[in-house]
Amino acid sequence: MAVCTGCSLLCDDIEVALKAGGFDKVKNLCRKGHSHFQTVWGERTGPVVDGQEVSQDQAIERAAEILKDAKRPLLLGWANTSLEAQSVGIDLARKLGATIDDASPFCQGLLMERVLTGKLPTCTLDDVRNFADVSLYWGSDPSNSHPRHLSRFAYYPRGSKRQKSYEEERTMIVVDVRRSSTVELADMFFQVLPGGDADFIAAVTSVLDGKIPKFGDKKRMIELGKLLKKTEFGAVFPGPGLVQSLGGKMDLLDGLLERLNQLVPFKVIPVVGHYNARGFNQLLLDQTGFVNQVSFAGDKPAHGPECSVVEAARSCDACLVIGSDPLSSLPFGTAGALSKLPTIAIDPCRTLTTDAASVVIPSAMYGLEAGGSALRMDGVKVGFEPILETDLPPDEEILRRLLEAV
Amino acid sequence: MVSAMEIYKLLPNSACKECGFSSCMALAVALLNREKKLEDCPALFDPKYADKLKKLQELLEPLQKASETGLIIHEEKCFGCGNCVVACPVNVAADPTGCAVGQGPKSDRVILVVEDGVVKCLNVKECRRFGPQGTQCNACTATCPSKAIEFV
Ligand code: SF4
Ligand code: SF4
Ligand code: SF4
Repeated sequence: MAVCTGCSLLCDDIEVALKAGGFDKVKNLCRKGHSHFQTVWGERTGPVVDGQEVSQDQAIERAAEILKDAKRPLLLGWANTSLEAQSVGIDLARKLGATIDDASPFCQGLLMERVLTGKLPTCTLDDVRNFADVSLYWGSDPSNSHPRHLSRFAYYPRGSKRQKSYEEERTMIVVDVRRSSTVELADMFFQVLPGGDADFIAAVTSVLDGKIPKFGDKKRMIELGKLLKKTEFGAVFPGPGLVQSLGGKMDLLDGLLERLNQLVPFKVIPVVGHYNARGFNQLLLDQTGFVNQVSFAGDKPAHGPECSVVEAARSCDACLVIGSDPLSSLPFGTAGALSKLPTIAIDPCRTLTTDAASVVIPSAMYGLEAGGSALRMDGVKVGFEPILETDLPPDEEILRRLLEAV
Repeated sequence: MVSAMEIYKLLPNSACKECGFSSCMALAVALLNREKKLEDCPALFDPKYADKLKKLQELLEPLQKASETGLIIHEEKCFGCGNCVVACPVNVAADPTGCAVGQGPKSDRVILVVEDGVVKCLNVKECRRFGPQGTQCNACTATCPSKAIEFV
């Protein structure tokens, strides 16, 4: 069995039959995972320094020089690499006095922090499969982003306490600004206006308190209130849509969950995208007390917006990118600032970032060519073994060599 | 999906009974169920119906790809999410430790599987819709987020 590193579900039941130069047959992998697996045969990176092809050793040497010479290096990315590599990466940041960050400040960092620090109650996806009778997707569309979320855990499978599953025992609710593919399958759909989630929270709180809601269709809101009150085990799956909409008002979500949990158990699992996004936040929290945006420039780790990618991209003088493609994923201004820096990109595959980087270090693809472990979106650690052979080193080994050289 | 009415409207509607049915509507239903072919209606091949024949051929073309239970798979639309695999009652009964609990199939008696990123239909005779005694089960099509599978 192989593990898919195509998204943060880390599906571990993938059956692969190989033939020369490709896969003969792959079972149980969703379409998204299938295209992820195909990238191993796609456009791969080679070692490059300033546009010239070099040896892997030369690329690593040059990368070490850039990092040593930099006064304020930024180590960025991390969501698509193993826990082992992330851990060496944090050591490297500490040794360099660097700033380290992922994309979570743009995404779901505020939510993840609440879950990892215990401010919001959480559970595993296996608990959801076994016990949940209500699943609420909020600003998330797993049918597209995490295609097997409903079938493996949240809605369709039979669980120890949910033998009648979706036919009789589970209810799926979607709250979103648009009719997503997931809405097609939902038992209840509440459409909110962009930025309207705070109003929706107020309305749910009203119906829980037995008051008439000010927002939306009153009858349907009261129906929702009734359903929530008689839930035995509820799971909320907030996505980027909700976090972006609430912005600085995340305490509204805290308040709603607190109110709900006075009545019935309701857990929160953030629907993060990349396969080990949660792992990075967890490791950084364990080591520094912060989930993202950490600077090791001073005596002790500092945290704050001044350590974020946005600020650091403007103030730092060199950048190492690993496990992400910030030039295509970050906001234009930040990506623009980054593209002007001497950049080292460690990536198995060609991206906009590797195209623009001063140094490119190719690495093995985790899950396919390299073993390791990662945290699933619910925090469960999933280990994986390579299924293909390669001469390329994994991220962890490259980072270890950099750590020794600086 | 095509309806019998759409097919009926394109038939000659001459009630010649050459096809063995007493009305063109009955033939339309039989065409939809793939029990008869357009060739069973000789009148349709009269040049004056050439336009209608062409339209009918286009209309019925997708039906040719359907399985014996009338299942049509649009691979290009399939997410490979496995909802249908986990929801199909036959899969659940045949595979209590695999499909039933959300995992990939562990039994070779299942009907729906996901291979190379898209759904595939095996063991079609096991489907609850199979044969004249078949029921109107739709657990697979109702759980599909992208209308990648449908029954004719
Ligand atoms: S749901 Fe995610 S982890 Fe599972 S097979 Fe699809 S892409 Fe891979
Ligand atoms: S019709 Fe029913 S039995 Fe047949 S494949 Fe679909 S879900 Fe399974
Ligand atoms: S046919 Fe539909 S339900 Fe089945 S795997 Fe494809 S997208 Fe999912």
